[in-house]
Amino acid sequence: MTPLLEVSHVTYSYHTLSGETTALSDITFSVDEGEFLVIVGPSGCGKSTLLSLLSGLIPTEQGSIRLSHTPFIKHQTDIGYMLQKDHLFEWRTVYKNVILGLEIQKKETPENLAHVEQMLKDYGLISFKNARPSELSGGMRQRAALIRTLALDPSLLLLDEPFSALDYQTRLNVCDDVYSIIKKERKTAILVTHDLSEAISMADRILILSKRPACIRQILSVHFSDPKMPPMQRRQAPEFKHYFNEIWKELNTNG
Amino acid sequence: MDKLSKRQAEFIKNHRRHHYLVSFFRFMAFFSFLLLWEVSANLHWIDAFIFSSPSRILETMIYMAKDYSIFRHTGITLYETLLSFFLVILVSFLTATILWFSGTISEILEPWLVILNSLPKSALAPLLIVWLGANTRTIIVAGMSVAVFGSIISMYTAFRETDEEKIKLIHTLGGNQLQVLFHVVIPSSLPSIISILKVNIGLCLVGVIIGEFLAAREGLGYLIIYASQIFKLNYLITALIILCIIAFLLYQIIQNIEHHIRKNRNL
Ligand SMILES: Nc1ncnc2c1ncn2[C@@H]1O[C@H](COP(=O)(O)OP(=O)(O)OP(=O)(O)O)[C@@H](O)[C@H]1O
Ligand SMILES: [Mg+2]
Repeated sequence: MTPLLEVSHVTYSYHTLSGETTALSDITFSVDEGEFLVIVGPSGCGKSTLLSLLSGLIPTEQGSIRLSHTPFIKHQTDIGYMLQKDHLFEWRTVYKNVILGLEIQKKETPENLAHVEQMLKDYGLISFKNARPSELSGGMRQRAALIRTLALDPSLLLLDEPFSALDYQTRLNVCDDVYSIIKKERKTAILVTHDLSEAISMADRILILSKRPACIRQILSVHFSDPKMPPMQRRQAPEFKHYFNEIWKELNTNG
Repeated sequence: MDKLSKRQAEFIKNHRRHHYLVSFFRFMAFFSFLLLWEVSANLHWIDAFIFSSPSRILETMIYMAKDYSIFRHTGITLYETLLSFFLVILVSFLTATILWFSGTISEILEPWLVILNSLPKSALAPLLIVWLGANTRTIIVAGMSVAVFGSIISMYTAFRETDEEKIKLIHTLGGNQLQVLFHVVIPSSLPSIISILKVNIGLCLVGVIIGEFLAAREGLGYLIIYASQIFKLNYLITALIILCIIAFLLYQIIQNIEHHIRKNRNL
């Protein structure tokens, strides 16, 4: 099987008057269709930069990124990007928020709208369709943001610390919700997080980055006895601790 | 509806009572002032020729209403103010949009805008008369000149303060700059735009009156100057009072619009 996404030898630097900051150095990896890849690394190492490059928000300088064999990711209807905060607009209803992407790309076709409607039903937001975002709980907001991203039916989903604005308890639940939604919609996903437990509980593979300039230290495959185990249960599984220690060691040894 | 708890009911009662008290004394203060003014004019404590009096003002108003001149002057000032206000909003919105689109243009123009804005605009009025002639157009431009530069600067600042992450969101959904403008920048600047409106309506009125002082044959500004020259102070004070009422009403209209928008858009 050929991978959905192939990143090869990507290097990226920011240029400012005070100097050049190399954020990524020689990053090479690939992601298979339906896979859930989690990226962890020290703060400021270049994780968000990597996602911005993948999404085409910033152009690549060196190296190449291929999505299902199209060499350049022009922007990018095929990639959904979920930011750290939900950024639901208070001046729109929940429904108007989730169809924002369709509206922008002028894709408000009956099929697409029906898909949105179905997702709102499936993920418990249908009764809040005409509510304002401020009436939603933190978890519901995050689900609405996810539906907004999924409405455009991207083949690759990028998530940049999507739970970091939530309190711990909500976070565990939303993590479960989002995971099951992504699996149910059969999406390929790349998630960035600081939280090692979160990484282990969701990932098929974990990509560990070094301090800035980020290079790949290790790509770790994660296997649990039951491959369909939801994140919450994984946290209790015996393998969990083993993976945690391995990543912890990897992040805390130098060189 | 739920029955209110006793404490809540009491709180609401106290709040109302306070509200009535304030309204009552507001009107009392106003009426005492009118009364004192009237009495002191009649008893010759003050010179009614210079200070006028409520009854004389009322008389003047009735007199001017009979030959419709009061409506003509008020109408003209109102028309000029509203027109210059709409033009200010239009010009500053378009300019702020252009500045927002092009960082380079805004960098080039910013110091000039600041200089123009800090100029005392009443000094421009005589120049405008020479350039444009003594007509309505000049007065409208004078009204605009007071407000427009500050309005551009504030509106551009409001546009620039838009949350970068919200802009990024539109880009992640495949939107272009124009869509960023309409979906994020304008909606999130709306509260600032409304306060800009509030400031500008007053400024336009100031500018129009200055213009009318110098270049008009009609309007409240003209009436004030004319009355002061022939020493008809009843007319002058009447014009001032009408100005007060206009300023208050215009502000009130914008406040109502604001209220409406806030309720609709849930800001
Ligand atoms: N626009 C920019 N201009 C210059 N330098 C930048 C810019 N954006 C990011 N950087 C720098 O590049 C490095 C990587 O930033 P990035 O945001 O990708 O890190 P991150 O791993 O996502 O960090 P965090 O864990 O805090 O989210 C940081 O050191 C940052 O200071
Ligand atoms: Mg980041």
